[in-house]
Amino acid sequence: MKWISDTKIDHLRALASQPDLSVTKYTIVKELARGGMGTVYLAEDSELARQVAIKVLNPEVVDEDDRQRMLREAQVIARLEHPGIVPVHDVGVLDDGRIYYAMKYVRGRRLDEFVAQGDSINDRLRKFQAVCDAVAFAHSNGVVHRDLKPQNIMIGAFGEVLVLDWGVAKLIQGGGDPWTGRRGDAETGRTGDEDATVLSPRLPVSPSPGPPVSPSLSADGTIIGTLGYMAPEQARGETQLVDERSDVYSLGVILYFLLTKQPPKPRADDSHLRRPREFDSKITKQAEAVCLKAMSVDRSQRYERAIDLSADIGRLLDGEPVSAYREGVVDKLGRWLSKNRFLVLLVLTYLLMRIILLFTSGR
Amino acid sequence: MSRRNRVNDPDTDIGGPARKFPETNRSAIVAIRSEEPHVRQRAFGTILDSYWKPVYKYIRLKWNVDNEDAKDLTQDFFGNAFQKNYFADYDAAKASFQTFLRTCVDGFIANQRKSQQRLKRGGGLEHISLDFQGADNELAIHPPSPNLSPEQFFEREWVRNVFAVAVETLRKKCDDTNNQIRFHLFERYDLEESTEKVSYAALANEFGLTTTTVTNQLAAARREFRKIVLDKLRETTASDEEFQNQARDLLGVEVI
Repeated sequence: MKWISDTKIDHLRALASQPDLSVTKYTIVKELARGGMGTVYLAEDSELARQVAIKVLNPEVVDEDDRQRMLREAQVIARLEHPGIVPVHDVGVLDDGRIYYAMKYVRGRRLDEFVAQGDSINDRLRKFQAVCDAVAFAHSNGVVHRDLKPQNIMIGAFGEVLVLDWGVAKLIQGGGDPWTGRRGDAETGRTGDEDATVLSPRLPVSPSPGPPVSPSLSADGTIIGTLGYMAPEQARGETQLVDERSDVYSLGVILYFLLTKQPPKPRADDSHLRRPREFDSKITKQAEAVCLKAMSVDRSQRYERAIDLSADIGRLLDGEPVSAYREGVVDKLGRWLSKNRFLVLLVLTYLLMRIILLFTSGR
Repeated sequence: MSRRNRVNDPDTDIGGPARKFPETNRSAIVAIRSEEPHVRQRAFGTILDSYWKPVYKYIRLKWNVDNEDAKDLTQDFFGNAFQKNYFADYDAAKASFQTFLRTCVDGFIANQRKSQQRLKRGGGLEHISLDFQGADNELAIHPPSPNLSPEQFFEREWVRNVFAVAVETLRKKCDDTNNQIRFHLFERYDLEESTEKVSYAALANEFGLTTTTVTNQLAAARREFRKIVLDKLRETTASDEEFQNQARDLLGVEVI
């Protein structure tokens, strides 16, 4: 018998723990990611001869509630038909009772990897606007993502932007269901005390003075999401307050990351947030204002909807005034000059030539 | 590993003389209590397959004995265990079988030393032929980590042995069904120690197959491997609960 190394033991252990997909048309190629509720595998679709990503409920969470949640998650994603949301192809039940669903396998880079490659601020803003649009579409369907972060956003091979991991998404009041017309407040993902996320002691940072926001489990809810990208009300476990504006907060943190290439953190001397322009003076005041408005601790001060944030990003890209920033005369002039820099250059060149001509002809 | 002289029952060898694999998943820990001698012998063979090497290495590490003494002690321990039916006393409610076995080994060696019977070891016991040379080579090439206690080392070696036996069983099963290509692919992709991971496409090219065939063959091999590992666990556990616990420990997940 051949001796098997510790590394190979770990590999074989992972292989032996893989689900049996023989009742499906899929064959596992490798594990892609493992979460608390499910594991995502790269798999081959034998009928269509293409690769897909398959999420399978973890065997340790196989009671009826878990099955229903997983099924609901697949249904939520499936109904969000948008180019910025990864499509679900198929859902089913394995022989051992576990729910699985197959979705598009996205080849590309995560947003954090994309940022590290040094594209221009405008390129990063365009990607961010696409993220906002996908989230806005979900909001219009009554779905709040609740775990938006760069690691859950993929930039595909052709520059397409896809928002992934809707596993903790929530259906909210006020969102219309385009298929059934129903409005609901049912959680689509993990919720309730049974799914309490264990929190690390990282504090969400506050862009404005105010009481420090400390993440904790509250009596009325469960903290779901990723600290650092999570809205203060979400971090406090106030689930009844979690709505579109909570996603807007997370989008604000993502924008902060895209502008500064690092997650928000307080200054060394106090708990206040370092403003984006402290990292890079090329970031405009308008862009900073959009970012800080989205990240307001007071949810009433944030953009109400992701589509409003997207609109301000569009204005930023077009050199138009943004709703988050009240411009003075100097700002208006600066923005006008920046927007019309070729015209200004042309006029300046013309004037310079006239001066030179005047000067030389006068001799 | 040759076991021709082990208990005069060729069926206790892996696969038996006809290289057929046991149809039953019945627990060897339960079967060891059988009134039928041949059932007990078969069960003992199963336990021996899974544990002799971890026990041998454990004795060398924990009791700090040379290879010759360790060989004799391993032989004597299993010989006595079979003759006196030690394993029939196992109670799954009290501990895992590994822990019980390890305690038996420690007790056996302590008694041997105390009564100095180790010098007249082997008296009246059936000689069991085991591949001690192979185990010694493994110890020489892959010495135990100083960070592991003898007990942790024993657990690790048990896991290693379960997987090694499962790999060997898979190889034989593929041979028997004339599907050697399946094992060769599994061996190349999942077992080979290499810093560079070979791709499915490269394997397809190497074996003259399509990438889809490689994917399907590897998936089938892994399914079979998982089944064999679980069968091995069922054989060496006494109850469903213990089986679930072992599967959780070994595979890191619940087995449904």
